[in-house]
Amino acid sequence: MTREKDARAGLLISPIENGTVIDHITAGEALNVLRIIGITGTTHESISVATNVESKKIGTKDIVKIKNRELRKEEVDRIALIAPKASINIIRNYKVWDKKGVEIPDRVVGIVRCPNPGCISNTNEPIQSCFLVQKKGLRCLYCDWLITKDITSHIM
Amino acid sequence: MRHIISIRDLGKEEIGRILDEAAAIQSRSYDPSALKGKLLGLLFFEPSTRTRMSFAAAMARLGGNFLSMDSVEASSMAKGETLADTIRVVSGYVDAIVLRHPKEGAARLASEFATVPVINAGDGAGQHPSQTLLDLFTIRQSMPLEGIHVGLLGDLRYGRTAHSLTHALSLYNVTIHTITPKGLELPAGLATELRDAGTEVIEHGDIASCIRDLDVLYVTRIQRERFPDAASYFKVASSYRVTPELLTGTKNHFIVLHPLPRLDEIDPRVDELPCARYFEQSANGIAVRMAMLLRVMT
Repeated sequence: MTREKDARAGLLISPIENGTVIDHITAGEALNVLRIIGITGTTHESISVATNVESKKIGTKDIVKIKNRELRKEEVDRIALIAPKASINIIRNYKVWDKKGVEIPDRVVGIVRCPNPGCISNTNEPIQSCFLVQKKGLRCLYCDWLITKDITSHIM
Repeated sequence: MRHIISIRDLGKEEIGRILDEAAAIQSRSYDPSALKGKLLGLLFFEPSTRTRMSFAAAMARLGGNFLSMDSVEASSMAKGETLADTIRVVSGYVDAIVLRHPKEGAARLASEFATVPVINAGDGAGQHPSQTLLDLFTIRQSMPLEGIHVGLLGDLRYGRTAHSLTHALSLYNVTIHTITPKGLELPAGLATELRDAGTEVIEHGDIASCIRDLDVLYVTRIQRERFPDAASYFKVASSYRVTPELLTGTKNHFIVLHPLPRLDEIDPRVDELPCARYFEQSANGIAVRMAMLLRVMT
């Protein structure tokens, strides 16, 4: 009986000893969050992902746990572009050592590709793409192109 | 270090200062040896007559010299050198760089790698601040900029001069009237941005319906290469032709501008009318570019 109850209320993903838990990610954006912080199939981090989890705060949400890696402030803030309500928990020895929200940065460098094929940032020049974060969206520092929607599809 | 990359970077005050300086220069109130001993690098990766020659003339009139890259084919770009490297190298030779390049944002990139000031002389379909400044200067010779009605006729989709100009006009509470062939309208994003900034943008199907409301008609070239065949180009081009007949009944102070070169969009008979200001506009490029050079090189 106890075992059955435990199974029903069981954890979706196991706790981590050390690392980062990104909570309250907009439902369906977990994989994009991983892309935005540079975690791809070729990196070595141990990751757990839960999608469409019930949330009192935002209805449904995604959760990402990254073992043995504490995200830096600038990495965390990139997440705000696609998951502005996300919260970041830095875990040390199974306990929340630090908890913070995400802040939208002034500039987004090297994450989003400019959709303008005529933009100099889409050539072999030794520069990274750079967007200024504005009220209306992301403005390319080089060609002034304004991305107002579907930022995710422009993530490199 | 001061660069002039985009009209967006220049506030209304800075634009005003450059135009005032240009007006002083035009009335011969300037030091003809202000840039003596200085060298200007003209890097043009696209064809240009007016912009290139007027920057060279402006530099010479201020007592300076210029170096000019003759062609892309004869440069290291043809060997695959990046623009960033070209700029770093040329920065070592000259005291300022004037750049025209086919890629949008090229001048911004150049300003990041240059150790001398950079002036954007046109980057793809992007910005062309020196043209915009001389457009504003020419309008200001005839009337105050505040609150006027400006008609933009022609290719507003790909024409960088029109894009740059609309940004500048939005600083002066100007009402913008657009008259374009189908498919060559002002980019939707730009029109929205202008409206959000409080600028009224009115689209017209034909020029006759608004010509008498205008203070300025700014004509741009309809680019032939945008049309599938010669017949469809001529059909559109002829319906956007400015003639003396079309201009009857316009306001007394009304003027016609064109960044040139023109093809068929302005009837040569218009040249004789007092409202035709496009050749003065072109000549104003010298004073305005002298003011720009003084701004970044002194």
